[in-house]
Amino acid sequence: MKYLTEFRNGEVAQRMAREIHQLTTRPWKIMEVCGGQTHSIIKNGIDQMLPACIEMVHGPGCPVCVTPLELIDKALAIAAQPGVIFCSFGDMLRVPGTNGDLFQVKGRGGDVRVVYSPLDAVDLAAKNPDRQVVFFGVGFETTAPANAMSVHLAKRRGLRNFSLLVSHVLVPPAIEAIMSSQGNQVQAFLAAGHVCSVMGYWEYPPLAEKFKIPIVVTGFEPLDLLDGIRRAVRQLEEGRHEVENAYPRVVTFEGNRAAQSLLAEVFEVTDRAWRGIGVIPKSGWRLSEAYRDFDAEERFQISGIRTAESPLCHSGDVLRGAIKPAQCPAFGKQCTPRHPLGATMVSSEGACAAYYNYGRFLSAEELASAGSATSGEVHA
Amino acid sequence: MCLAIPGRVDEIITEGDLRVGKVNFGGVVKRVCLDYVPEVEVGDYTIVHVGFAISKIDQESAEQTLADFRAMGVLDEELASEDEAFARAADKPQSPCPDGSCDPQ
Ligand code: SF4
Repeated sequence: MKYLTEFRNGEVAQRMAREIHQLTTRPWKIMEVCGGQTHSIIKNGIDQMLPACIEMVHGPGCPVCVTPLELIDKALAIAAQPGVIFCSFGDMLRVPGTNGDLFQVKGRGGDVRVVYSPLDAVDLAAKNPDRQVVFFGVGFETTAPANAMSVHLAKRRGLRNFSLLVSHVLVPPAIEAIMSSQGNQVQAFLAAGHVCSVMGYWEYPPLAEKFKIPIVVTGFEPLDLLDGIRRAVRQLEEGRHEVENAYPRVVTFEGNRAAQSLLAEVFEVTDRAWRGIGVIPKSGWRLSEAYRDFDAEERFQISGIRTAESPLCHSGDVLRGAIKPAQCPAFGKQCTPRHPLGATMVSSEGACAAYYNYGRFLSAEELASAGSATSGEVHA
Repeated sequence: MCLAIPGRVDEIITEGDLRVGKVNFGGVVKRVCLDYVPEVEVGDYTIVHVGFAISKIDQESAEQTLADFRAMGVLDEELASEDEAFARAADKPQSPCPDGSCDPQ
């Protein structure tokens, strides 16, 4: 791939990788929280440019992956109802529920639509007053302002036929849960740049202080990721634990105030179940009292859902960073992107799919030595 | 789906109660809500996520990022139309549980 070679041979990338090698005296485990960053790290082979003893742990930051099975099943049940137009982002079409996915519901005659923006779903509601339009509002803080605006507009425009199936999750409580979990080995975090463009990073200093961990706000491009890792390693080596912004061209400390104020009006904090991880206290948003009428779970009382995860799937361990995808016995055998057993294989931002798509069939040991082989090249 | 991509605001219109921009992502133009970035004007660059501008960015960084994202092949996926999204999903046939082990019955 031309881009990859250019990036790997690029002067800046080489210099940064060299600096990381010079800084590193001990093994460190750094978690990137965001699935978009996982994708970029694996696709560009950034982990292979690092010293062998620096391990990138892939966090739970793919909203598609952590949406609980029960909610996927609810989505499937609502989408199958007559008179419903069910709108979703494209990523959700193939997420396996207990019995099938949204794509199959469409195949059986359900009116499932992919929209670019939640605003398109609001427009659909205005154009189809005799139909119920439901938008599947999944995502982290980056996506929340869009979903909040959709409900806000529907209310302002008096659209009684619009509702939101909400599965919003928040990054800071996830960091807290990972750091507090038994046997945690993560020593530093790369915070997701686009989440912080909305929320700022004022929520992170207390976390850095409480757990004595460096947190570096990091972008998605290969050079941004190398820079974020370099700053995290430098802090670790110097025994510091600060919050650093390595993405100032997009992120400010306060974040987007206008977005935060609408979020505070439309949503309220709630406990949320994360697929593969379990319930994390105060880790998500649901619609606030004033907007509860627009909650699809209230409007469509779906009961009798019995969920069943594949017993072969270890996505929970993958999402917590306890194992690498290739260490799951089903990886690449019973489980592939064509036949995903778990959500981390279905979304292109899921760690399992990223490993599969970029040919990472190696064991952790083989990966580590592959990493050191590459580092030799970087030094040369 | 967490990616936000930069684009140039070509035109700003008012659609009822919304401030909407025609935003150009290296050739592909999309309708984008500008309510969260009141400071953005025509000619400015802004970071857009699922049809909403969430922050301003300078031109040089924006163009570099666009070029990077295109080279990495993530731009098409972010800007896909409905038909393209379905075509992509159709290309990925799956059964949730090929070995039958998770069938509740
Ligand atoms: S490889 Fe498949 S079965 Fe294994 S953890 Fe990943 S999604 Fe689950």
